Amino acid sequence: MTSEEVLEESPPSTVGDTSVIKVENLKKIYEAKLGFFSTIRGKKVKIRAVDGISFSINKGEIFGLAGESGCGKSTVGRTMLQLTKPTGGSVYFKGHDITKLSKSETRSLRSKIQIVFQDPYESINPRMSVFDVVAEGVKINRKALGVKSEEETQDMVQKALFLVQLIPPEQFMPRYPHELSGGQRQRVAIARALVLQPDFIFADEPVSMLDVSIRAEVLNVMTDLKNKLGLSFLFVTHDLALAKHVTDKLGIMYLGKIVEIGTSEEIIDKPFHPYSQALIAAIPVPDPDGRKVKVFAGGEVPNAINVPSGCRFHPRCPYAKELCKTTEPELSLIEGEHSVACHYYEEAYSTYRARMEANKPSPLTT
Amino acid sequence: MALLEVKDLKMHYETRDGPVHAVDDISFVLEKGKVLGLAGESGSGKSSIAITLLRLLPGNGKIIQGGVFLDGEDIANIPESTLRKDIRWKRISLISQAAMNALNPVFRIGDQIREAIITHSEVDKESAEANARELLEEVGIPADRYSSYPHELSGGMRQRTMIAMALALNPDIVIADEPTTALDVIVQAQILVLLRGLQRSKKMAMILITHDLSLVAEMCDNVAIIYGGQIVEFGSASQLFHNPRHPYTIGLIKSFPSLEAKKSRLSSIPGSPPDLVHPPIGCRFAARCPYATSKCTGQDPHLDEVERGHFAKCWYAGEMHL
Repeated sequence: MTSEEVLEESPPSTVGDTSVIKVENLKKIYEAKLGFFSTIRGKKVKIRAVDGISFSINKGEIFGLAGESGCGKSTVGRTMLQLTKPTGGSVYFKGHDITKLSKSETRSLRSKIQIVFQDPYESINPRMSVFDVVAEGVKINRKALGVKSEEETQDMVQKALFLVQLIPPEQFMPRYPHELSGGQRQRVAIARALVLQPDFIFADEPVSMLDVSIRAEVLNVMTDLKNKLGLSFLFVTHDLALAKHVTDKLGIMYLGKIVEIGTSEEIIDKPFHPYSQALIAAIPVPDPDGRKVKVFAGGEVPNAINVPSGCRFHPRCPYAKELCKTTEPELSLIEGEHSVACHYYEEAYSTYRARMEANKPSPLTT
Repeated sequence: MALLEVKDLKMHYETRDGPVHAVDDISFVLEKGKVLGLAGESGSGKSSIAITLLRLLPGNGKIIQGGVFLDGEDIANIPESTLRKDIRWKRISLISQAAMNALNPVFRIGDQIREAIITHSEVDKESAEANARELLEEVGIPADRYSSYPHELSGGMRQRTMIAMALALNPDIVIADEPTTALDVIVQAQILVLLRGLQRSKKMAMILITHDLSLVAEMCDNVAIIYGGQIVEFGSASQLFHNPRHPYTIGLIKSFPSLEAKKSRLSSIPGSPPDLVHPPIGCRFAARCPYATSKCTGQDPHLDEVERGHFAKCWYAGEMHL
């Protein structure tokens, strides 16, 4: 069955929706046995990795999901790709709920929904040439892609390499991964995803293993693919400075929940949630006369087994009050596309503004 | 006299393919109470400089030439036993990158600090223990965590423990090798603020080794940019960030995304770092440099002064600008 046939058989459940991919109340709860005694007693704990998340990604849009390690951002992507089954909620691809599909149906959708892994030194087989790496997916999906001859495969690989700026493609095709730089490897990984003509690519921290000087090679390729082909991306990152320049929309995650969501500019320039504020204030600025880092939140991220009551961020939040301990705030729209889940965001934001302004050197002194 | 002066230091790793020129003619000075940044990308040799200074080299690492003068005394050529007894920890200590793994998992963190103190000074067990508790408090760990084991601590707490240990003997210089790389951004900020505070209050000198230019801007007085085992530019932080003269420094600054800049297309430096087994004859950056001429590929430029206290290793440093 081709991906088109799969999509035709399951009728779209949302009408008038322009998103390429959309998640609704997505949950992934792992069960684990911790320690020797709970193992023999069969006692399990619940790890709430993703705890009810909703967002949608439109055609030609890069959606960023940012947060600290362990917040569940990569699990969201893996669940969207059905690499792990969600515990609850739905993932709609072009309006069809793909969590309800059988294994073989999911497999035929794979070419449309692709992934680029974090580490190009691990994700590419060192014994395969660039051509073989990129062509492998075409060979497996030959029928679905309508590929009839070896020449066609060759053409598709060349085109994909061209699109990721590995030019001239003929020169790169016979090379082996060890002959490539980290940035080139990651572009091969993108070409491998691209050759299957996907609509959506999940890029899981695609540049965090690369040196700063070559990151832009990879990120600019992503931006170009978005603009030229209308591809949609989920871009998972822990680096908000990068996210600002690469993503169109941004969700900030904390302990399995999105605490703030909006356009990237809205969030970086006007962070409403105290956690987003703490993240931004903690990022050093590459200018010796610029503002210095500020610590706006104490402690560290707790584990996802003992999730705090009420607002999950309240034990670390400088603005937390009684209400925050008992009642979990809902994400609510404030302005434009900008939503935040905080009872006291107005107070938090005005304090944040004042503290950040106070830290700037006055223009007269420089 | 400078607190630390490194002169023409060369260190090679012997490999089957030939020597790797990891530290190649490095010279710099570090003044008392100042923070010097050694910034470069992976494989540039920045961490090799740290372990060469302390002579913590692996078996195949050989110091070929050069001196490391601490208060005028050359510690590159003193016996290992003297170095261990009088220099490491006492005068120069190291905060390493892998704080997660640098602590011994089977000993209590307090005891590990206490042992470091006892080994390097003539104090009894009780006062060393009291000292260890004070140090823990100083780095923001409640003293009652003295009896905790490393696995009971978070990543940030373990890095704080490493900092406490590095400060235990009141060294003149602390070398911090990527002290926050493995940490999340909020914890990184906590550690940076702690390090900066301690460095100032104790008037210690510090060498901060990092790949992250924004950390350099945050912490350092002076900066050396390392490329291919060599210093390609040296100057005050403000000189380097506002008036960089080496094309590599310029490229690096441009490829750094800033949270405060307008949303824009990022730039990169295409290509790969040089092979340090067979380094190029001319400038090591020439193959990736947008301005390289035949002079650059044929002759290695010197690290020349372009303005007071500001040096660049480029034939065209005078014409370069951001």
